[in-house]
Amino acid sequence: MSHATTGLKDHRPAPAPAARPSLSSRSLPRLAPLGFAAVSIALGVGVSLAAGWHSRTQWGLLSALIFLAVSYAVTTAVENQRQARDRLATSVVWVCFLVAVVPLVSLLWTTVSRGVERLDGYFLSHSMAGVLGWEASGGVYHALIGTLEQVGIATVLSAPIGLLTAVYLVEYGRGALARAVTFFVDVMTGIPSIVAGLFILSIMLIAGLEPSGLMGALALSILMIPVVVRSTEEMLKLVPNELREAALALGVPKWRVILKVVLPTAIGGITTGVMLAIARIAGETAPIILVVFGNQLINTNPFAGEQSSLPFYIYEQYKIGEVAAYDRAWAAALVLIAFVMILNLVARGIARWKAPKTSR
Amino acid sequence: MASTTPADTPPAPPVPGPGSRSTGRLGDKVFLGLSKGSGILLLVIMASIAVFLSYRSVIALSDNEGNFLTTFEWNTAGDPPVFGIAVLLFGTVVSSIVAMVIAVPIAVGIALFISHYAPRRVAAPLAYVVDLLAAVPSIIYGIWGALVLVPYLEGLNSWLDEFFGWTYVFEKTEIGIPRSLFTVGILLAIMILPIVTSVSREVFLQVPRMNEEAALALGATRWEVIRLSVLPFGRSGIISASMLGLGRALGETMAVATVLSPNFLVSLHLLNPGGGTFAQNIAAKFGEANEFGRDALIASGLVLFVLTLLVNGAARLIIARRKEYSGANA
Amino acid sequence: MAKRIDVSGLSAYYGSHKAIDDISMTVEPRSVTAFIGPSGCGKSTFLRTLNRMHEVTPGGRVEGKVMLDDENLYGSSVDPVTVRRTVGMVFQRPNPFPTMSIFDNVAAGLRLNGSYKKNELAGVVERSLRGANLWDEVKDRLNKPGSGLSGGQQQRLCIARAIAVEPDVLLMDEPCSALDPISTLAIEDLISELKERFTIVIVTHNMQQAARVSDRTAFFNLAAVGQPGKLIEIDETDRIFSNPSVQATEDYISGRFG
Repeated sequence: MSHATTGLKDHRPAPAPAARPSLSSRSLPRLAPLGFAAVSIALGVGVSLAAGWHSRTQWGLLSALIFLAVSYAVTTAVENQRQARDRLATSVVWVCFLVAVVPLVSLLWTTVSRGVERLDGYFLSHSMAGVLGWEASGGVYHALIGTLEQVGIATVLSAPIGLLTAVYLVEYGRGALARAVTFFVDVMTGIPSIVAGLFILSIMLIAGLEPSGLMGALALSILMIPVVVRSTEEMLKLVPNELREAALALGVPKWRVILKVVLPTAIGGITTGVMLAIARIAGETAPIILVVFGNQLINTNPFAGEQSSLPFYIYEQYKIGEVAAYDRAWAAALVLIAFVMILNLVARGIARWKAPKTSR
Repeated sequence: MASTTPADTPPAPPVPGPGSRSTGRLGDKVFLGLSKGSGILLLVIMASIAVFLSYRSVIALSDNEGNFLTTFEWNTAGDPPVFGIAVLLFGTVVSSIVAMVIAVPIAVGIALFISHYAPRRVAAPLAYVVDLLAAVPSIIYGIWGALVLVPYLEGLNSWLDEFFGWTYVFEKTEIGIPRSLFTVGILLAIMILPIVTSVSREVFLQVPRMNEEAALALGATRWEVIRLSVLPFGRSGIISASMLGLGRALGETMAVATVLSPNFLVSLHLLNPGGGTFAQNIAAKFGEANEFGRDALIASGLVLFVLTLLVNGAARLIIARRKEYSGANA
Repeated sequence: MAKRIDVSGLSAYYGSHKAIDDISMTVEPRSVTAFIGPSGCGKSTFLRTLNRMHEVTPGGRVEGKVMLDDENLYGSSVDPVTVRRTVGMVFQRPNPFPTMSIFDNVAAGLRLNGSYKKNELAGVVERSLRGANLWDEVKDRLNKPGSGLSGGQQQRLCIARAIAVEPDVLLMDEPCSALDPISTLAIEDLISELKERFTIVIVTHNMQQAARVSDRTAFFNLAAVGQPGKLIEIDETDRIFSNPSVQATEDYISGRFG
C-alpha cells in the first residue's frame, strides 16, 4: 500500500503531459481521400502522358504511388504523424484492394465478353468432327460429355470414400492411425493435379492400360477425396455432442446414431462440400492431358477410348493459335466458368439455407 | 480393433434386449470396418503415389547419361538419353518466389480490407466474391494470361528494363514478347491471391474482440489496433496461408504452359522470355514423348511431388502450432 | 487531472434497436460511481458511450451529449482516438496483449502516443504497476508474457496499462466478474486508492461491491425485454441502499427481481 502512495506522490508532477491537447484537433474533412485520389490520378495521367508511356498499368501504379505520398504528406501537415500513418495504412489497404480487383475483373469480363461471341445452341450441340482449326465452326458437345462423365465417375468414387473417412476421423478416430490419416489428408490436399495425373500414368504404364475417361476420373478422384474429407469433417464436428449422447442414451447402436442422427443433421454442409469439390475438379486440365488424351469426336463411353473435356478443349483450342480457335476457347471458357460458378452458388446457397444458426 | 473402440461403443453390455444387441454389434462392426477401411485406403493411395512414381523414376534414371540434378538439357529421345531438372527447378522456384513477393502483401492487404476496413455491407459480399474467384479454373487464368495479360505487360516490362535494368534481374537482354518467368510469376500471383486472402481473412476474424478493444481503449488508431492486436495474432496464419499459396504456385501447370515460351536456359534476367517449370515441362513434352520419355517426366514429377509435400507439410505444422498456442490463451 | 462528466439526453442504438433511452447524469471528479441494474438494462452500453467505444460495435450509434468538463465527446471535430486516451477503460475479462511482455503491456499506451522519453519509460511502468498494486509480484519477471499471470494479476495489469497513460477518467466494466474473491478484494482496495486521482465509473452485478466501493450509485432498469434501458435514479450510495426514492430500486436491491 505504502509503495502505491509514494508512487502516486512522486508521479504527479512527473511526465504528466501537462499541456494535454484538447479533445478536438485539426482534422481533414471526411471526403479528403477522394480529393487526394482525384489529384493523384490527374498527376499520374499527366506525368504518364508527358513521359509517353502507353501501358495503363503504369498509369495506375504511378497514380497509386502519388496517392499514397500525397495523403501521407497532407495528413502529417494538417493532423499529426500518427493520423498520417493510420491514413497511410488505410490507403495502402485500399490500393491493395483496387490493384487486385483490376486483373480479376478483367479476367471475368474478357471471358464473358469474348465467350458470348461464339456461344450458342450450335456450339453446345456439335463436336469438332471434321472441323479444321481455322474454320469458324465446330462445338463443345464432345467435351461437355467428357467432363460430365469423368466428373460423374470421380464423384461416385470419391464421395463415399471421403464421407466414410470423415466419419472415421470424427466419430471413431483416435490414436496413431487417425492422426496419420488426418495428416495425409492435409498433405493430399496439396498434391498438384499434374502429379495425380502422373500417378495414374505410371499405373497405366505398368499395367498396360489405354487412356480413357475412367483413367481421368481416377486421377480426379485423388484430387477430390481430400477436399470431401476436409469439408465433411468440418460439418460433422459442428453437430453438437448432446445430440449423439441423447441418441446413445436411448440405447441406439452407434452406427445407427451416425446414420440416422449425425449425418442427416450435417447433410446440408456435406452436400455443399461435395459440390465445391466437384467444381474444383471440373476445371482440372493437367491430368486429362496425361491420361485421357483428348478427342475431336464424340465418345460417350468413358471406359474405353480417348475422350475430351471442357478444360482440355480450351487448352487444345488455345494451342491451335487461330482466331476461330481462340473464339472457341473463350466460348468454352465461358461454359466452364458458368458451370463452376453455378455449382459454387448453389452449394453456398444450400450451406446458408441449411446452416445451423450461429451467433457470428 | 476391439482395443481401440471400447470407449466409443455405446454401453451395450448392460442393455437387456439380446436381439437388438447382436444386430447393433454387427452393424457397428461393419460400419466401423467400412469407415476405417476408407481411411486406410487413403493412406494406401498416398503410399502408392510415392512408390509408383519412384519405381518409374528409377527406370528412367538408370539410363540417364546426364546428371539428373545439374544437366541443362531435356533430350529423352536421344541415344543415349540426357536429361536434368536444373532448369525446371530454377524456373519453378523463381516464378513462385516472384508470385509470393507480389501476392502475399496484397493478399494481406485485401484480407485486412475485408475484415477491418470495408463497410460491413460491402465486406460480406466481397468475401464471397473472393471465395468464388478461388474456384476459377486455372486453364482460364492461363488463356487470359496468354491473350490479355502478356500483351499488357509489354509496357511494364520495357519500363522496368529502362529504370531498373541496373538491378540485373530486370535487365532485358533479349527481344521478344514477355512470355517470361516474371510474367508467369505475376499470373501465379493473381491466381493465388484469392486463396491466400481467404485464409488470412479467416485468421484476422478470429482475433479475440477483447484484444482489439484493449488497444482501442488505450486510444489506438485503427492501424495501431491492427499492429498491436491483429497482426501479432495472425502472423502464423499469414505464414501458413502463404505456404498454401506457394504450394499451388509450385504445382501450377496450365497457367504456366500457356504463358511461358520455354527454353532450357537458366537466366536471372527474369524479363527475358524462356525458362521452364516442372509442371509446364511435363504438359509440354508429354505429347511427343515415348515410354522412356514419359518415365523421365515422371521422375521430374516426383521431385515436384516432394517439393510440394515439404511446403504443405510445413504449412500444416505451423497451423497446428498456432492452434496449441491460441488454445493456451483462450 | 480528474474531470467531471456531464451527460445529457443520451440514447444509444445497435442498428435500429434502441439500447438505452435519454439518459442524463453527472459524475463527480475524484469519486467512484457505480452502475447497477438487471442484465440487459444497458449499463455496460452506457459505460461504453462514455469513451466512444460503443460506436466500435458494428451498427453502434449514439445521440446526445457527453461533456467532459467543458468539451463534448461527441462534438463534430472530436477524434474518438483522443477521447479514448483521455477516458481509460478496464474490461470484464482481463485482456492483456497476449504477444507482449508485462513491461510492454504497460508501456503500450505510451508508445502509441509517442509522447515519452526513453529513459522515463521504465519509471512510468514502475509507477503504474505500483499504482495497480502489482509491482512487488511482477518486478522480477517484467519481460515474461502478460498472459502468464493469474486472472486477478492480469486484471491489475490491465488497470496498470490503463492508468499509465494518465487518463482523466477510468471506466470499469464489471472488472471483478471473472475473478475469485481474493483477487476481487485486491481490485476493490485498488479502486478506493485510485479514486484519489481519477474519476471512476464502475459497472457491477454485485450489489455488495457497489455498496463497498462507490460514493454514488446509479440504478438502471428496462421496462421489458427488447425495450431500451433507462436510468431510474442516481444518488449517494448510502441513500440508494437504505432509502431509495423509487420503488423499483428498492425491489431490485432487496432481491425481489433481477
